[in-house]
Amino acid sequence: MYCDITVQTAAFDLGAEELALRAHAGDAGALVAFQGMVRAHDEATPLAALFLEHYPGVTEAEIRRIAEQAAARWPVSACRVIHRVGALAPGEPIVLVLIAAGHRAGAFAAAEYLMDYLKTQAPFWKREDFVDGSSRWVEAKASDDAACGRWHD
Amino acid sequence: MSITLLYFGVLKDTLGCSTETLAWDGGTTATLLDVLRGRGEEWALALAPGKVFRLVVNQQIVRGDAAIPDGAEVGILPPVTGG
Repeated sequence: MYCDITVQTAAFDLGAEELALRAHAGDAGALVAFQGMVRAHDEATPLAALFLEHYPGVTEAEIRRIAEQAAARWPVSACRVIHRVGALAPGEPIVLVLIAAGHRAGAFAAAEYLMDYLKTQAPFWKREDFVDGSSRWVEAKASDDAACGRWHD
Repeated sequence: MSITLLYFGVLKDTLGCSTETLAWDGGTTATLLDVLRGRGEEWALALAPGKVFRLVVNQQIVRGDAAIPDGAEVGILPPVTGG
């Protein structure tokens, strides 16, 4: 499996990444793209920015491990993950997952699996900075753990 | 003999510390957590079992108790919230 993982502050271009990944996708018949964006209105007070930090080196290695687990379950030929860190404004893209696989079922499943494990295993931390000047670190969600649990069957 | 500790996310704010050098006579990740929890109520609460997601020793995520060699970099990770 071709696998390229980047943690960066800069924005990314979904179209350019998709084109680049197709060059490594072999005879894949399916390509699934997931892009996550910063929501402004999770709480009563609107968000000014979402601040993300990570553990350089460890985070990339953990995402790679998750991608390899996905490739062991479904015929994934190529994978691209970009996760942004630093201050992100509402509406800005935060994460990109591209999966190329033989058929659509494997591509959809692998992309969901990767996102479920990325959210619960990869060392990223979000802090919400609100428009009123207050801020707080986001707490881990039980619903994210539950989403991960469904892959154990 | 010493080790370097790195704190992340909410722990940086609650402990008021992002990195420190700690004198180290050898031991495991459990030894380290005992030492840190012994610093007072604030530390004991912030590093309670449910508050620490994982420890990382020399860039390797540790599952269970693991030895910490002299000179190691140890990351202390609260529950993660990426994606």
